[in-house]
Amino acid sequence: MKKLLTLILALAMVLALVACGNTANNGGTGNNGGSANNGGSADEGGEADLITVGIINNDPNESGYRTANDKDMKETFTEENGYKATFAYSLKNDEQIAAAQKFVQDEVDYLLISAAGTAGWDSVLQDAQDAGIQVILFDRTIDADPSLYVASIVSDMAQEGKTAVDWLASQGLEEYNIIHIQGVMGSAAQIGRTGALDDMVAANENWNLVDQQTAEWNAETAQQIVQAAIDSGKEFNVIYAENDDMAKGAVAALDKANISHGVNGDVIIMGFDCNKWALEELLAGNWNYDGQCNPFQASYIDEIIKGLENGQAPAEQVVILEEKGFDAATITQEDVDTYGI
Amino acid sequence: MQEGAVLEMRGICKYFPGVRALQDVDFTLREGEIHALMGENGAGKSTLIKVLTGVHVKDGGEIFLKGTEGPVHIKSPQDAQNAGISTVYQEITLCPNLTVAENMFIGRTKGGFTNWRYINKRAGEILRSLEIPAAPTQQLGSCSIAVQQMVAIARAVDMECKVLILDEPTSSLDEQEVAKLFKLMLDLKAKGVGIIFVTHFLEQVYEVCDRITVLRDGGLVGEYVIEDLPRVQLVAKMLGKELDDLADIKGDQPAYTEEDRGEPVLEAHQLASTAGIKPFDFAIYKGEVNGFTGLLGSGRSECVRAIFGADRTTGGTVRMDGKEVRIRKPLDAMKLGIGYLPEDRKQDGIVGDLSVRENIILALQVMKGFFHPFSRAQAEAFADEYIKLLEIKTASSDTPIKSLSGGNQQKVILARWLLTNPKYLILDEPTRGIDIGTKIEIQKLVLKLAAEGKSVTFISSEIDEMLRTCSRLIVMRDRKVVGELGGSDLAQDKIMQTIAGGESAS
Amino acid sequence: MSSVKTSLKEKKGLKGTLLGLVRQQIFIPIAALLLLVLFNLIVDPSFFAISLSENSAGDPVLSGYLITILDNASELAILAIGMTLVTAASGGQDISVGATIAIAGSVVLRVLCGTNSRPETLQAPIIVAFLVCCVVAMLFGAFNGVLVAYFKIQPMVATLILYTAGRSIAAWINNNELPIISEPSFGYFGNFIPGIPVPTPVFIAIACMVVIALALKFTNLGLYSQSVGINPHSSRLNGIDPAFIKFITYVILGLCVAVAGFIKVSRFSTINYSVVAKDIEMDAILAVALGGNALSGGKFNMGASILGAYVIQFLTTTLFKFNVDSSALPAYKAVVVILLVVLSAPVAREKLSNFWKKLAPAKAAKEAN
Repeated sequence: MKKLLTLILALAMVLALVACGNTANNGGTGNNGGSANNGGSADEGGEADLITVGIINNDPNESGYRTANDKDMKETFTEENGYKATFAYSLKNDEQIAAAQKFVQDEVDYLLISAAGTAGWDSVLQDAQDAGIQVILFDRTIDADPSLYVASIVSDMAQEGKTAVDWLASQGLEEYNIIHIQGVMGSAAQIGRTGALDDMVAANENWNLVDQQTAEWNAETAQQIVQAAIDSGKEFNVIYAENDDMAKGAVAALDKANISHGVNGDVIIMGFDCNKWALEELLAGNWNYDGQCNPFQASYIDEIIKGLENGQAPAEQVVILEEKGFDAATITQEDVDTYGI
Repeated sequence: MQEGAVLEMRGICKYFPGVRALQDVDFTLREGEIHALMGENGAGKSTLIKVLTGVHVKDGGEIFLKGTEGPVHIKSPQDAQNAGISTVYQEITLCPNLTVAENMFIGRTKGGFTNWRYINKRAGEILRSLEIPAAPTQQLGSCSIAVQQMVAIARAVDMECKVLILDEPTSSLDEQEVAKLFKLMLDLKAKGVGIIFVTHFLEQVYEVCDRITVLRDGGLVGEYVIEDLPRVQLVAKMLGKELDDLADIKGDQPAYTEEDRGEPVLEAHQLASTAGIKPFDFAIYKGEVNGFTGLLGSGRSECVRAIFGADRTTGGTVRMDGKEVRIRKPLDAMKLGIGYLPEDRKQDGIVGDLSVRENIILALQVMKGFFHPFSRAQAEAFADEYIKLLEIKTASSDTPIKSLSGGNQQKVILARWLLTNPKYLILDEPTRGIDIGTKIEIQKLVLKLAAEGKSVTFISSEIDEMLRTCSRLIVMRDRKVVGELGGSDLAQDKIMQTIAGGESAS
Repeated sequence: MSSVKTSLKEKKGLKGTLLGLVRQQIFIPIAALLLLVLFNLIVDPSFFAISLSENSAGDPVLSGYLITILDNASELAILAIGMTLVTAASGGQDISVGATIAIAGSVVLRVLCGTNSRPETLQAPIIVAFLVCCVVAMLFGAFNGVLVAYFKIQPMVATLILYTAGRSIAAWINNNELPIISEPSFGYFGNFIPGIPVPTPVFIAIACMVVIALALKFTNLGLYSQSVGINPHSSRLNGIDPAFIKFITYVILGLCVAVAGFIKVSRFSTINYSVVAKDIEMDAILAVALGGNALSGGKFNMGASILGAYVIQFLTTTLFKFNVDSSALPAYKAVVVILLVVLSAPVAREKLSNFWKKLAPAKAAKEAN
C-alpha cells in the first residue's frame, strides 16, 4: 500500500513537471533521461499536408549550447513552416535508439538525430531506410554506413580548436604560458579543442602548459584551478578555457587577485561557445577571444528537407557548419546580437 | 531402534561457553505421528531442533534414522536435508517475489538447465495432492500467510522427507488458517511422515498431537502420550513443579481486600489493539501490585502494550482516576503518569550507543519537551542519584549502556521510569536474564514502590516471583483473559489450572 | 569503554593523552588534516602564506591557499551539518542535495530576475529571494523526508527521485534560460563585501555552525535524532515520534541546501543547471564519514563532520595545486578517501590503539635499562 502511494506521488510529480513544461514553452522541456514524447503524435488526422519529423536530441539542460540548439529546432520546425515535429530527449544512447525505433513505427517522414553516442545505430537506421524514412544527422556524427542517412550537418570540433589556436599564435607573444582548462574528458568538444592546443604546444618551444586540468565545464572548478595556480605563484599569460562558463570562472579568480586580463591586460582570455554574455565580455574588452560552436543547424536541415520534397538530393552529404572565432579587437554589437546564443 | 521409529536421538548433549544447553536428552519420533516438543523459553527446544537440522553440531549422543545403519552424522543443514529432515520455520524463508513452483524447486534443480514446464506440472500435482489452494505459477507473495506456510511444507514434502519439523508455524495465522494447516498436517501424518511440532499454544497441542516431549532447563522431563498428560500436568512439567509440591507459599504479604481499594488508578474496558489480543477489562488500584500471567505468547505483553499505547488500540475505553482518557501513543501515557519497562530490553528498552546518563534521563527529558533540554549538570545529578540508589554498576554515567551487564541495563531502564515519578508503573519481565541478586532487589523495589502508594503491574514467567510480589493475577491463555485470581486463590496449583484451562487438576 | 578508563589510568602523560585522542571520534579528521598540512609544509612551505592585497575592484582581500580552502569549503561545511543529522536519524543519506542546490539557486535567480533573464535591475529584494529559496528547498527536503520517514523508503532510493529529476526542475523554473544578474551587491554573498577582506561564504558558514551549535545546546535535536537512529523502537516507547524526527532532519537539510545554493549562485551571479554543485552530495556524505560518524546512523559528532568537510576541500585544493593530471584526479582522491575511511573504521582504530599500547611498555623497558 505504501509502495503504491509512493509510486503515485512520484508519478504525480513527474506529470506535474511535464504538464508545466508544456505550458511554459510549447513543446515540452526535457524529461530528464527519458525518451519523452511531448509533441502531438505523428498520425493525427486532418494534417496530412504537413511533413512529419521526429527529432531526437540531447537534454536541453545540458548546456547553453544545447538550449540554443533545441530552441532553434523548435522555432524552425513549426506548423507555419509546414512541419509537424515530435521531440524526444535523452543523454543516453540506448534511450535515444529506443525513441528512434518508436519514430520508425510511427512512420514519420524524416528522422533527425543528434546522437548521444556514436555506436549502435545501424539496425534502427536500416529499419528506417526500409520504412522509407529519410534520416538526417545533425550536430553530431555517428559510426554507421553513410548510405543509411541522406545528410549530416555537423560541427568540426578539431577545426574549432585549430581556429582558436591559430588566432592565439597570431598574437605574436614571445612566450606562451597557458593555463588550459578542459571540459568533461572524452567529450567530442574536449577532444577537438584539446587536440589543437596540444599539437601547437608540442611543436613550439615557446608554448608551455602551466596547468592542464579538467573543470568538467564547471565555472567554480575552473575558478579553483586558476586560484590554485595564482596562490602557488605560477606565471601565466593565457587562459584557454574550453567553454565560456569555465572562462568566466577563471576570470573571477584573476579579478580576486587583481590580475589584469582581456584587451591590453596581462592575461589573454579565451573561451568557446559564444554565449551572448560571453560576447558582451569580449565587446567590453574583458576577454580576448571566443570560438563559435554553431548550434544553428535547423535552417540547413530545413533547406535539405525542402529540397528532398522537391526531388533534389542534397549537394553534399556532409555539411560542416561554418564556425567563426571572435576577436575582442574586431567584434561589433551586431555580431553579439547575431551570433550570441 | 525402536519398532516404527523414524528418528531416534539418544543422550544428546550440547554445550555453549558457560552454558549447558542440552544434557542427555532423548527424543523419539515414530512414523505417522505428530509429536509436540514443549518447554518454556530456554528449555532447549530450539537447540535440539538446531542439532537435528545440523545448524549446531552436537557435543555428545547419537542420532539414528530409519533406513540407515548405525548413527548418522549431521554436520550441516544440507546433510539434514539429504537425510530426509525438513524444517519449516516460523518466519517464512521463501522468496515472495517468485512463483509458487519456483519456490518449491529453487536450489533443487540439477545442472544449469531447468525444465519449467515439468516443474510447474510437478508442483501442480503436489499442491493438488495436499489440497493446497495455490496455483504453481502464482506469485508466492500474493498468497495468504497460511498458504505460504503450506507451500513451504509442500516443498519439504516433495523433498521426500521422513521427518518434518514445524517450528512455531501457527504464530502468525488466524483460526481458519490454523485449521487448514492442521488438516494438511493430518494428511501428511496419514502418509507416514513423522512431524515434530513446536508451539506455545496449548490448545493446538491437544488438538493435533499424539505425543509430547517436555524439556526443561536443557534436560529431558519426559515423553508422554497425550491422553496420559492432562493440561495442568503439562504446565506443571514445563514449569518444573510437581503438583504435590505446589503448596501455598504465600502468606507473608497482607492480602489486598476489595474494601481498601477505592477508585481504580487506571481502568480499561474492552481494550483491544492491533497486536491481536481479544478485548479485555483491566483495573489497578492505588498501592496495588498486580500481574499478568500465562505462557509465553499468551498475550500478557500485548495487554500492557495496549494500555501504554505502544500498540495502536482498536477499541475500548481507558479511565484514569475516574476520568476518561485517550492514549494514542506512549507520550500520552507518560504524561498521564504511566511508565513502561518493555519485555525485550535490547530491542525496546535500551538505546545502546547512548550513555547511561542519557538513557536514564530520556523519558523525563521527552516529557519536559524538545525545547527544554536538561543542563549537563542536572542530567549528571539525576544519573548519579539513581546510579547510587539502584547500585548500578557502571564505570561512569558516560559509559554507553550497551557495555553494561543485562541486570545493570535493566536497572538503568528502571531508573529511567522511576525518575519520571509515575503513578502507575508497568514492568514486563523486568527480571528476565538477570542474576538472582538483582532479581530480588527488583522484587523488593516493586514492593517498596507499592508501599509508597504507587501502582505496579508486574509480569514474569516465573510464577514464584509473581506470587511474591503480586496481590492479584490476571491469567491469559491464547491472547484472551481467562481468569483473575486474588486472595486465597493465589497459589501455584490454582494458577496452573487456570493457565491450562479446560480440565481440573485432579 | 571501561578499558579506556583503565588504560588512561595506567598511563597518564603524553602516551595516555595520545591514546585517548586516538579513541576520540574527532581524531580521524584531525589526523587527516595534520597529514595534509604536513605534506604541504614539506613540499612547499609557502602553502600557508596569507597576504593582504587588492582585488580588481580596489578592495582589500586576503589571499592564499588557506583562505581559498576556507572559502570554497563553505557550502560543503553547511551541507555536512544537515547531512550529519539526516544520517544520524534515518541511517541513510540524501543523494539529492546537488540537484536541490540547483533548484534552490534557480529559485533565487527566478525571484530576482522575474521573467526577464537579463534584468537591468533586481525585480525583488535579495532577502525575499533568499527566503523564498529557503521555503522551496525545505519543501523539497520535506518531500524526501515524507518518503523516508512515513513511507519507510530507503533514503538513497527515496532521494534518487530528486537526484534524477532535480536539475530538470531547476531548468524548468527559469524556462530553460540561464539568467545573469548584473547587480553587483548580489555577488557579495559568494565573494567579498567591499572593505571586508575575508570571503563572505566563510562568515555564512560560521553563522550556520553557530546556529546548529545553539540548536544542539538549547534543544533536544541531538538527543532525539541519535536516539531515533540508534533504536527507533525504544525511542517510540519513550515518547519520541521517530518518523517526525526523521522528517524534520530532512527539512533541516533542505534549509542547509538553500543556504549553500544561495552562495553558489552568488559566486557567479548565474547558474548552470547541469553542473552546479555537481557530485557535492558525495563530498557531503564523505565529510560525514570522515568525521568518524557511522553512515548507518546513531551517534554523531557534528564538529567532526564539519572538520571533515574542510579536510575534503583541503585535499581538493592540494590536488589542484600539484597540478595532478586531470584524468588521474579522481583516482588520487579515491585512494586518499579509502585510506581515510579505513583509518576511521573501528577495527583499524582498535589496532592503532593496541599498537600504541605495545609501544608504551617497550619504551618503558628501554628507559629502565
